[in-house]
Formats: sequence, C-alpha cells, structure tokens
Amino acid sequence: METLWYWIVAVMLAVYVVLDGFDLGVGILLPFVARTEAERQQSIQSIGPVWDGNEVWLLAGGGTLFFAFPQVYASSFSGFYLPLIMVLWLLVLRGVSVELRMHFEDALWRNFFDGLLMFASALLAIFFGAALANVLRGVPLGPDHFFFLPLWTNWRTGVDPGILDWYTVMGGVIALLALALHGAVYLVMKAEGELQRRARAAAGRLWPVVTIATLLAIPATVVARPDALKNYYGHPAAFLAPVVVAVSLGMMLVAIRKGAELQAFLCSSGYLIAMLCGAAVGLYPVLLPSTNPLGESLTIANSIVGPYSLRVGLIWWIFGIMLAITYFSIVYWMFRGKVSRSAGIYGH
Amino acid sequence: MDALTMHRLQFAFTITFHYLFPQLTMGLALLIVILKTMALRTKNERYDDAARFWAKIFGVNFLLGVVTGIPMEFQFGTNWSEFSRLVGGIIGQPLAMEGVFSFFLESAFLGMFLFAEKRLSRLAHWGAAFMVFLGSWLSGFFIIATDAWMQHPVAYQLMPDGTYQVTSFLGLMMNPWAWIQYAHNECGAVVTGVFVMSAVGALYVLRDGKSEQGRIFLRLGVTAGVIACILQIFPTGDLHGKYVAHHQPIAMAAMEGLFHSEKGAPIVLIGQPNMQQQTIDNPIAVNKVLSFLIYGTTAAEVSGLDAYPKDLWPTTLPLLFYAYHIMAGLGTYFVLLMGVAAFLLWRGRLFTTRWVLWPLLLSFPLPYIANIAGWMTAEIGRQPWLVYNLIRTANGYSREVGASTTLFTLLGFMGMYAVLSVLWIVLVYRIVEDGPGAPMEHAAGRA
Ligand code: HDD
Ligand code: HEM
Ligand code: HEM
Repeated sequence: METLWYWIVAVMLAVYVVLDGFDLGVGILLPFVARTEAERQQSIQSIGPVWDGNEVWLLAGGGTLFFAFPQVYASSFSGFYLPLIMVLWLLVLRGVSVELRMHFEDALWRNFFDGLLMFASALLAIFFGAALANVLRGVPLGPDHFFFLPLWTNWRTGVDPGILDWYTVMGGVIALLALALHGAVYLVMKAEGELQRRARAAAGRLWPVVTIATLLAIPATVVARPDALKNYYGHPAAFLAPVVVAVSLGMMLVAIRKGAELQAFLCSSGYLIAMLCGAAVGLYPVLLPSTNPLGESLTIANSIVGPYSLRVGLIWWIFGIMLAITYFSIVYWMFRGKVSRSAGIYGH
Repeated sequence: MDALTMHRLQFAFTITFHYLFPQLTMGLALLIVILKTMALRTKNERYDDAARFWAKIFGVNFLLGVVTGIPMEFQFGTNWSEFSRLVGGIIGQPLAMEGVFSFFLESAFLGMFLFAEKRLSRLAHWGAAFMVFLGSWLSGFFIIATDAWMQHPVAYQLMPDGTYQVTSFLGLMMNPWAWIQYAHNECGAVVTGVFVMSAVGALYVLRDGKSEQGRIFLRLGVTAGVIACILQIFPTGDLHGKYVAHHQPIAMAAMEGLFHSEKGAPIVLIGQPNMQQQTIDNPIAVNKVLSFLIYGTTAAEVSGLDAYPKDLWPTTLPLLFYAYHIMAGLGTYFVLLMGVAAFLLWRGRLFTTRWVLWPLLLSFPLPYIANIAGWMTAEIGRQPWLVYNLIRTANGYSREVGASTTLFTLLGFMGMYAVLSVLWIVLVYRIVEDGPGAPMEHAAGRA
C-alpha cells in the first residue's frame, strides 16, 4: 500500500510537470519567439484555457502527499520555507500575468505583463528543478524529523548543504532548459506562421543543449547521492527509465526535423516523465533522505498514514482521478487544433 | 513579536484576503445559474446578456480566488508543520479531496463557460455554468469540513506516536458541525452575491430609470436577497449559535461578553468588554434573552467565563466580542433592508424609490465585513485551541521557521496583495462601467 501511494504521488507530480511544464515553457520563450503583438497574443491563447487546470495537478499532488505522507509534507514544506513561499509568490504572478494582459489595451501594460510572465515562468522552472535536486541530494534532518536549510553554505553537497549548491543549481538549469524545449514543441503544435517557425527554430537549438545537460545529470547525481544507483542494480528493469529518456530524445530530434508536431510533443512529454521516474526509482523507498547521520531518512514506511485512511483514500482517489481525466479530455478536445492568428477564436 | 504570533498573523491575513473572492464567486455562481435557467426557459436574450455580464465579474474574482488560494493549500505545511504532522492523517483527507474533486471540476468547466459559449449549444452552456457552480460549492464543503473538524473533532483516534488518525470516513464527512457551518457559510456567500448584484442594479437604475439590465439585477438580487438574508439568521445562524453554546461554551460566553454565570442571562446588544473589571461597559442589554436563545427557556442558567480557568479563555477576547456583534448586527440590518426592498419590488415601486436604491448601492461592502467578522468569531473563539480540546495553537506551528523569516514573508504577502487589490478594483470598476452587452474584450482574460 505504501508503495502504491508513493507512485500515485510521483505520477501526479509527473503529470503536473508535463502539463504545466508547457505553460511555463511558453512563458519562458515568449519574448524570444513572439515578436509582434499578434504573435504574443497567439502564444498566450495557446495556454490560456488550460493553465489553471494544469496547475491543479500541483495542488492535487501536494494534497495527496499531505494525505498519504503527512510527516513528509510537514518536514519538507517547513524546511524549505523561504523558497516555497517564493514559489507561491511566483505562481501568483504567473497566474495574474497570463490572465490580466488582455484586460489592458495599452501596449505598455501588455509589455509589462509579458515580462512578468517570462520572469515568473523562468524562475518557477528553476525553482522546481532545484527542489527536485534538493530532494535527491537529501537534507540535514534532525532527530525529530524536521530541518531548516540556509539558502546556501559552501556550495558543496555533503553533511550541511544549503538549498543552493552546485548540484541543485544544475538541477534548476536543466529544468529551465527542458521546460523551454517542452514549451517550444508545444508552440510548434499550436501555432502557425512566423511564430511556429521561430518556435521550431528554438526547439532545434535547445535540443542539443538539453541532451548534453541530461548526459551530465546522471554522473552528477551519482556524485551527489552515492547510493542513487542501488535500486538500479537490484532491479535491472529500472534501467528502462534511462532507456526511455534516450529514445525519446532521439525520436524528438527526428520529429522536430520532420515537422511531426504531435510526435515531438509526445516525445518531450515522454522524456520528462522518464527523467522523473528515473529519479523516483533512484529514491524509492525514501521520500526525503537525510544527509545528517543523526537523523533518520523519511521513508514510505515511517511517514505513511494509517491503513484505514489509505483504503478509503484509494476508493475516492480512483473515482476522482477518473472524473478529472474525463474533464481534461473534454477540455483539450474542445480547445484542440491551432490557435488561429486572428484573435478571438475562443468565442469573443 | 514571537514566532507563534507571526505565523498566526500571516495565516489570518492570507486566508482573510483569500476569502474576499470565494464568497463572491460562490454566491454569483448560484445567481448565474439562475440567470441561465431563466434565459433557457424564456429564450429572452436579455438574461443571456445579464449572465454574460456577471460571468465577466466572476472571471476576475475567480482568478484572484485561485492565485490567493494556492498559498493557503501550502501554508499548512510551511507554517503549521507540527499541526500537519499530528493531524495530517485526518485533515489531509478532505483537503486532498478538494483538489481531486472540486478544483479539477471548476478549472475545467470555467474555461468552457467563459470562452466557448459560441461553440456550445444553449443547454451545454447552461451545463458548463452548472458545473462551475457545483465545483465551487463542493470546494466550499471540503474546506469547511476541514475547519469543522478543527472546531469539533470527530471520528479520530490517538496513535501511540502522538498523531491522530481517522476511524470513520463517513463520520468525518457527516460531522454535524460541518453541515451547519456549511449551510450558514454558503448562505453568507449568497448574501454577498445578492448585495453586489443589487448594488450594480441600483447603480444602473439610479443613473437611468429605464435601464433594463439594472432592473433584472435588482429583481433577482432583491428576491434572492430577502430569502438568503432570512435563512442567514434563521435557521442557520440560530442553529450554529446553539451548537457553539453546547460544544464550545467558553467561546459562547466570550462572544456574548458574559463574564459571570447567570440564570436568565441577558443578551448584550451593544457594549464594550472591560477586561480589568470583567464587565461590559456602556451596555444595552435585554434580560433573559440569551438563556432563551440557547436553552429555549428564559430561566436557564448560562455559564459565564468565570466558570472556566483563565487559560482556556480565547486569547483576544474583545476582538471576538466585537466581531460577533458586528456579524449579528449587520445580519439584522440586511434583513431589514432587503425586506423593505422586496416589499417595494412586490408593489412595483422599487425602481423609483431613491431612498432605498441608495442604501442598496452603498451596502455592498457590508456582507464582506459580516463574512470576515463571522470567520473571526469562529477562529478566535476556538482559541487557545488549534484543534478544539486536542491541540493548542501554541503547539502547532513550524518551530523551524523563525519570527523574522515569517515577518518577511508576511510583509511580502501584504505588498503583493496590496497590488492585487488595486488591480481588482480597477478591473471590476471597468466591467461595471462598460455595462452589459459590451464586447467581451475586458473580461476575456484568458483568450
Ligand atoms: C453575510 C454574512 C453573515 C451574516 C449576516 C451572519 N453570519 Fe454568522 N457567520 C458567517 C456569516 C454571517 C460566516 C462567515 O459564514 C461564519 C464564520 C464561520 C462559519 O462557518 O460561518 C459565521 C459564523 C457564525 C457562528 C459561529 C461562530 C463560531 O463558530 O464560534 C454563529 C454562532 C453565527 N454565525 C451566528 C449568526 C447569527 C445569530 C447571525 C444573525 C443575526 C449571523 N450569524 C449573521
Ligand atoms: C478551512 C478553513 C480554515 C482553516 C482550516 C483555518 C485554520 C486556521 C489556522 C490553522 C489558524 C492559525 C491558528 C490560530 O491562530 O487560530 C487560523 C487563524 C485564523 N483564521 Fe482560520 N481557517 C480557516 C478558514 C478561515 C477563514 C475563511 C477565515 C476568514 C476569512 C479565517 C480567519 C482566521 C483568523 C482571523 C485567524 C486568526 C485568529 C487569531 O489569531 O486569533 N479562517 N485559522
Ligand atoms: C485554509 C483554507 C483554504 C485553502 C487551503 C484553500 C485553497 C484554495 C485553493 C488552492 C484554491 C484555488 C483552486 C484552483 O486553482 O482552481 C481555492 C479557491 C477557492 N476556494 Fe479556497 N481555500 C481555503 C479557504 C476557503 C474557504 C473558507 C472557502 C469557502 C468556504 C473557500 C472556497 C474556495 C472557492 C469557492 C474557490 C474557487 C475559486 C474562487 O471561486 O474564487 N476557500 N482555495
């Protein structure tokens, strides 16, 4: 049961990264690919009707973590207090900038909101990457299972790391690049004309960078967390994750070259999911490793909620997630196809 | 100030700001469904125009509700980590369900409701509006079930490691406190909705007596308003009060300013609690009414604060007393105003009676005040407990997070929310000035 909930939380967060990832990616790329007002409008329309629903995966994933592993939720959220509150502020700014730009006709204000969107999206991507890296590296948990991290110490991983060290910064950069690429292939799929051409060019340029970063990430993780590969040797099937990463990257390049829009987007999604699954496999059964020899790591066994809750939870979770998938299918189907260059396709 | 106070202030500030938006969206969601239903039945375009106009206002408020709601979801972990560790096994349940059942529903159908009217049939568009309504009211239920468990814990078990676990899912969802609180709270949301709708109606009619949309808004606002305002006091407010009196008698004594136990206890309508002397200064009171309201007979003895040890008294007692009296006072005023307006509407004189239209126009901030005051009553009345009789507030906050860190984030929230408030006022003002029938430009935020 613990294992099942570990994977439920992991999958919900992975779905979040894939879905909200392209919103963030479009935000990051906005000033680079959209030059005219019409193009910027077209870019924002491509994420307008869906970003809120995508973000709900983060809320629902966080809520599920709270429900299933309250101790992990409590320790990690208070331990990462400052960066998490900043994430909240950035989420506020991102939401406001997507939605409010259309309310202002003045070009000055629209530029302001576009800038804000790119700023918030880029920082969010970096924060999420660094957060994942922090979890992989581990935190100095005290004997009471709580911790508090300074923003940085000596930039090394080790017993007393900071929130930022060479490894977590690298995680942030990889996330920024990977989500920018994800946003680019999404835009290629939704846009037409000049905008689409530039998005395709951006994807072509980002691809090699992301590939190199991915190749660097694996040895770096082994350095930062020496037992990261333990599960892999125990269960060779786990090597599927890196294989999928490699295959999706390769197929993505082919798809970008060929102009197979949907295929490129699916490959990019597959790449993100496989990366995250790879991390989750390496971590299992730990949820929050301790770098401090005094503190015990938080594992699925010592932080799981009681069995009755889990049984009831499984019933409503399956039911609820099926409903959610239904809604998402309806919405994505309704807003399928290209965002037309003339404003107003969405009914006004 | 100490860390505990900072955490409390930050939570109180962010939740109070968040609740400015859902109270309107929950209320409007119901009114919009009514307008869409009338449009469907009469096939009269005007009701569609009216629904479209309110959808724009809904959209702006919903956005602000969403962006301010996200911090709430995470503050249980960031600011109340000890609390989350101890009772996460219980309140994690309704909170996770809120995400899975209502936020997905709302966010999916809102886009459809706001931006796909032309692509949908009339009935399908009505359906989208209904789903948005359902989502927002479900969301209200789960959050209230959470709060109600903190006010009145049920169906739990203390584990050997000190944490609490659920023993019965149904027990948690059927917590009687949750249902009463939900009824009263949703009614309060509708009150906000009808006052805002009536205020816009009054504005249009005062400007132009023939304004058709103004009349529609007033007709619906006042009719629904008189019903909601009455239900707010009776039975929901009355029942809620009886519940508090039975299960949180200290909170009730403090709300009423009853320092000493009394047979035939009076109800204080106006006064100032004097903490040194333990009396109410300058009271205007009616004898025996409190005993009657709680126990149904005028002779019953009501326990005052002196019956309880001082360390169980709510920590900010005068604030509690004022908050409660503001809520109840405003509730009475709402019934009077809506009653008069409904009477005039029935006689066909409302649209020309300026001395009623002006108060209707100016009263729209008051339900916000009443709702916030009501929540302050509930939350301060619960003190010093975080979970009533189980966990003290002083034992629930994140010890790892210091006072100055929290002060910094609190100031950050205040600054950002100040900017959001300005944007909010500007946007709503512009939508109201453009009026119904204006092109969707301003409101078509997400398209
Ligand atoms: C428009 C808003 C509004 C109005 C006019 C009233 N209320 Fe209220 N009241 C609320 C909005 C509200 C609320 C915001 O919905 C509260 C806060 C917590 C809750 O669940 O409901 C609440 C809570 C609340 C409580 C519980 C406090 C606690 O839990 O400690 C009581 C006893 C009452 N109300 C009683 C009344 C009475 C007797 C009223 C009329 C004379 C009244 N309310 C008018
Ligand atoms: C599910 C809903 C809610 C939950 C779980 C909740 C929980 C809490 C918690 C944990 C605190 C901090 C501890 C304390 O000082 O009591 C608090 C305080 C407070 N909350 Fe709530 N709250 C909820 C809804 C609301 C709403 C909607 C409002 C107002 C609009 C509100 C107003 C306040 C206020 C004013 C305080 C400060 C009380 C004080 O400092 O004495 N709460 N609440
Ligand atoms: C601590 C308490 C609270 C938490 C954790 C919380 C959390 C949230 C979150 C995360 C959202 C955004 C959902 C989205 O992305 O679509 C939201 C919106 C909403 N919340 Fe809250 N909330 C709290 C208090 C309340 C209360 C007391 C109510 C009403 C009774 C309420 C009613 C709503 C509604 C109706 C929405 C939909 C958005 C809107 O209509 O403005 N919330 N809340």
